[in-house]
Amino acid sequence: MAALVTLRLGYLYPDLLNLYGDRGNILTLVRRIRWRGLDVVVREIGLGERPDFAELDLVFIGGGQDREQALIAEDLAGVKADGLRAAVEAGLPLLAVCGGYQLLGRFYRTGDGRELPGAGVLDLWTEAGKRRMIGNVVIETDLWMEEPRTIVGFENHSGRTFLGPGCRPLGRVRVGGGNNGRDGGEGAVHRSAVGTYLHGPVLPKNPRLADWLLERALERRRGTAGLAPLDDAVEVAAHHAAIERARATRR
Amino acid sequence: MGAGLRGLLGLWAGKLAIAASRTLGRGGSSFPGRLARRIAPSLTAWLARRQRAGIMAVTGTNGKTTTARMLAAILGRAGYRVTHNRSGANLPGGVTAALVDAAPWLPRNELPGGVGLLEVDEAALPRLAGELRPRVVVVTNFFRDQLDRYGELVHTVELVRRGLAEAWPAAVPGAGAGAVLENAAAVADVAVAPTAVLNADDPLVSWLGEGHGGQALYFGVADPSLGGADRSRAADARHCVRCGYPYEYTAVFYSHLGHYRCPDCGLTRPDPAVVLERAEPEREGFRVRIGTPRGAIEALVPVSGLYNLYNALAATAAAYAFGVPLEAVAQGLESYTASFGRMETLPVRGRDIVVALVKNPAGFNQVLDAWLAAPERPRRLLIAINDLAADGTDVSWLWDVDCERLGAAADESGWIGCAGIRAEEMALRLKYAGVPAARTWVENDLGAALDRALAATPAGQRLWICPTYTALLELRRLLHRRGEARGFWEV
Repeated sequence: MAALVTLRLGYLYPDLLNLYGDRGNILTLVRRIRWRGLDVVVREIGLGERPDFAELDLVFIGGGQDREQALIAEDLAGVKADGLRAAVEAGLPLLAVCGGYQLLGRFYRTGDGRELPGAGVLDLWTEAGKRRMIGNVVIETDLWMEEPRTIVGFENHSGRTFLGPGCRPLGRVRVGGGNNGRDGGEGAVHRSAVGTYLHGPVLPKNPRLADWLLERALERRRGTAGLAPLDDAVEVAAHHAAIERARATRR
Repeated sequence: MGAGLRGLLGLWAGKLAIAASRTLGRGGSSFPGRLARRIAPSLTAWLARRQRAGIMAVTGTNGKTTTARMLAAILGRAGYRVTHNRSGANLPGGVTAALVDAAPWLPRNELPGGVGLLEVDEAALPRLAGELRPRVVVVTNFFRDQLDRYGELVHTVELVRRGLAEAWPAAVPGAGAGAVLENAAAVADVAVAPTAVLNADDPLVSWLGEGHGGQALYFGVADPSLGGADRSRAADARHCVRCGYPYEYTAVFYSHLGHYRCPDCGLTRPDPAVVLERAEPEREGFRVRIGTPRGAIEALVPVSGLYNLYNALAATAAAYAFGVPLEAVAQGLESYTASFGRMETLPVRGRDIVVALVKNPAGFNQVLDAWLAAPERPRRLLIAINDLAADGTDVSWLWDVDCERLGAAADESGWIGCAGIRAEEMALRLKYAGVPAARTWVENDLGAALDRALAATPAGQRLWICPTYTALLELRRLLHRRGEARGFWEV
């Protein structure tokens, strides 16, 4: 293994966007980096700050309540959008969950037809919906080829998200609602950026997705991914339990 | 004239269903109440109106059951005849069932000295407040709880605000609503908004005082030294509910409860009238001094955990608002006994088990505090996580619990067992919290997990069990079947 690498994780708005166990995603990344003998620092990024996103190795943004998200929409668009967009285009790995996923899109159309501008980092948009999609979700991704290709989590959103040509879905819905309950897609992928409605949080019981992000970060940092395998028996057990619950509770 | 024929039919059907459910040994069913409501939609309002002293409703995300039980002890001391949904069944069916169960088969119009003490689910409050028309509504706190049912925390706050408004609409509705209501106006002829008894230290709760049509009475903790370590991660509402700016805190008691002020819009913690001035831990509980505008009370409250002091404070404030003499308040608090699942200790097969219901991060953290402070070595803990509707189907909240402290605690021969439908998720949470794999085990079936945990607990030692709501019910059934615990309705 190469000389000691310190990965820099950017955690956007940890105080404001911490709904649904979001910090479990950061915890998972940190643990899985350290278990490989690598080092990691987490840089928390708040309102008004203008970090150099190109200097970071991976960025996470979670979900919040409506009130918090309104505050953040303004800050994202005003202070952060340009830097983040450029870094993502240059290959910065990013995970955006639920509210953060919506905020990174082009706009959010409210029930009365107003369009609230998003950060425009991902080519997608969201429309307010009446019925909330709530429950366990199973999707199947083509982000990697080996089995299992399922990603599991919990969704709770009324927004309907639609992808433009600049994004492809993270996966096809097997159980649950997904982006909009209509086209069978869930989440979005653009270069090394991933958006999804799945919280739960999503990374602990989807270790392959966590490692996919870490591989992209290491490739960008040192040219090769080279992640040592881990004993994921506990993760896999939780993954399967979540699939069983999804099958038992929905459809 | 009383309940009218339809009301009587609903009452009798409900009472028969309760008797049948008891014979079958199935406590906790809300079916009898739902049946009575279906047959006689206005029965609940009529039965509530029979309580001459009025109705007291307790709502909020945490501490409803404990606060109501403390109030039951207080009101009993003061000589009231208390009708109480003590099992904690707090949806419309459960509330109606409690009123039906307490009523005689041929009820007279009024019950002198009668108080309906009713724990009410936050989401059910708008509907039930209109039927119950409480004199006093206590709001304990708002923690993130079962978000998948109600959407978001602020939405829950709005539900309770609506409930307060529904409790006494501008005028008393006439008898047109149904025969059952025909004498209601005579019993309660003056329309007054209820007194809202609000937690001053919870910014989401105290906010309800703004724009409330009736009186608001606030309770709060004065002594900043009672605050625990600041666990900002479990905080649900650290941002101003009015303008979104982060609060400044001069004291944090736990989660988002404390002395707060918004530096931007100036929203400030209201000055509470009922104040916890002092609390000193003793072996049997806390010795407290609580100030009220009518004087202070001193009592030894047999509870552990700061959150239970908030419950005692809420009960004191509600009793004060109801006009209960302070002496009865002190006596009631001292005679309080915990209910099943509220950190009560009970003997099982020569071991002591401590059962503590967990349902959200703030509550779970408080239970873990108590477990970590307990003297037993090695430490033993059984956690049972279900994800049925009554538990909240989203188990994400486990990741907001401060489990990181457990990594160092499960030392030497200590262990943490994970049971229930989502045992694997809990085990995963513990792995990422740094608890060594050798110190945890998974057994989905609660009966098997209980056997395993008891076998690994030497006789005379203590085992702690943290179940979610439906796992708690299952545990109670298991113990009952084995002759270890009292029946549900006796608890």
